[in-house]
Amino acid sequence: MAKPEHEITWRDLAVGCVVTEAGSASGYRTGDWRSQRPTYDFNKCLTCGICALFCPEPCIHQNQEGHFEADLFYCKGCGICARECPTGVITMVAEEEQ
Amino acid sequence: MSKKVGIEASFAIAEAAKLARIDVAAAYPITPQTHIVERLSELVADGEVDAEFVCVESEHSAMSACLGAAATGARTFTATAGQGLELMHEVLYVASSSRLPIVLVVADRALSGPLNVWGDHSDAMATRDCGWIQMFAINGQEAFDLTICAFRIAEDPQVLFPVMVHLDGFHVSHVVEPIILLDQEEVDSFLPPFTYPYPLHPDKPLTIGAFGPPIIYSEAKKAQEEALIATHTTILKVWDEFGKRFGRSYAPVDTYRTEDAEIVFLMMGSFSQTAEVAIDKMREEGKKVGLVKLRLWRPFPFEELRRAVRDVQLLVVFDRALSMGGTGGPVCAEIKAALYGEEKRPKVVNFVGGLGGRDVLPHEFEQMVERGLALAEKGHERAYEMIGVRE
Repeated sequence: MAKPEHEITWRDLAVGCVVTEAGSASGYRTGDWRSQRPTYDFNKCLTCGICALFCPEPCIHQNQEGHFEADLFYCKGCGICARECPTGVITMVAEEEQ
Repeated sequence: MSKKVGIEASFAIAEAAKLARIDVAAAYPITPQTHIVERLSELVADGEVDAEFVCVESEHSAMSACLGAAATGARTFTATAGQGLELMHEVLYVASSSRLPIVLVVADRALSGPLNVWGDHSDAMATRDCGWIQMFAINGQEAFDLTICAFRIAEDPQVLFPVMVHLDGFHVSHVVEPIILLDQEEVDSFLPPFTYPYPLHPDKPLTIGAFGPPIIYSEAKKAQEEALIATHTTILKVWDEFGKRFGRSYAPVDTYRTEDAEIVFLMMGSFSQTAEVAIDKMREEGKKVGLVKLRLWRPFPFEELRRAVRDVQLLVVFDRALSMGGTGGPVCAEIKAALYGEEKRPKVVNFVGGLGGRDVLPHEFEQMVERGLALAEKGHERAYEMIGVRE
């Protein structure tokens, strides 16, 4: 999108608010819905990818070290990855905690 | 050549849809609108119009199907009444916010309960704020003409809004009257083929009905409101062109014998013809009485309305619906709001009647003048009085 969404005025909108740009939903930060954040102990990670398969978003990808990690721009903090991880890599912590 | 025929208004509206060369109709039968879509389904089945007639299981589905059809760029028509319009309700807002130029004819009917299939404006008033262009026809000829014009207005690139054409259930919909039907050549010359700027097509993907979170919803509604207000210009232009071509002119506000009138009725729909009969009689008796007919309901014609009633002493607004526990007749509430800021304005009194198909006869309009003068003199407890109700 040409403008960040908070700068779009009513005059900028297409007729009927039609969205003509494909894939524009990728610019939508669903990460700010999150109340809990996944934290990782990668020493336990088998790189099996079960967390990525179960992620409903799906926002979990392999990082440079090969470990699976959520993209916090999209992660809504549902905790399914933590529940499904067979070795307990992931712990959900409240957003306000460090 | 156009020809005058004796025809039921509902059938004339089906003819209008045929002459408009609709691509899609999706509709569900409901009294008193049934004859429109029943006749239209026959015209489609007989191959008189090359359209898809989608039989749906409800009015909610009818409007949803129309929405999808219009989004592909198809010329789309439907009709309903009363509870059917209520069942369409939530989808109406999606059609207008998506700017899909669907034409919907409503044979206005009272809302239950008690269960009633006869005419009044309670269904129309429940959809007042749905963001459509809305107009009220007085008789079968107007219903036919306004339906043809509705396609032209809706599809104008400056408009792209759905249009609702209202006619009174039974009092207009079921009346056989002489109506001048345009021929195919005339309608073709007036109504160009429809080209929608954002048609759904696999070659050019786009999203309609997108999510509008708090950061954009206000901007979306402001854009819709500005665009709806701006349609006023095109509505005038289309009605003017229709008048020049076919000799029948329409305006947002019409007047009848208002020159020098001191007391003026104001109403929408077919009862204005009864009021005219009463006005003729009162004029013979030397009473300076006239009538303002409100044809365009949305966008509301503020300037035309103010001009029409500026020199009037008493405005008698007749409503066929009731805002319960509130301001009385919805039309009158609107009129009062439109006049509140004016330095020179008439006194306004409101009568509610003609509910659920009850007739209002000429002598009752005469009574409204007498009673209206008394109310304007001494004031009244409520914002309105009901006319024709047994005490």
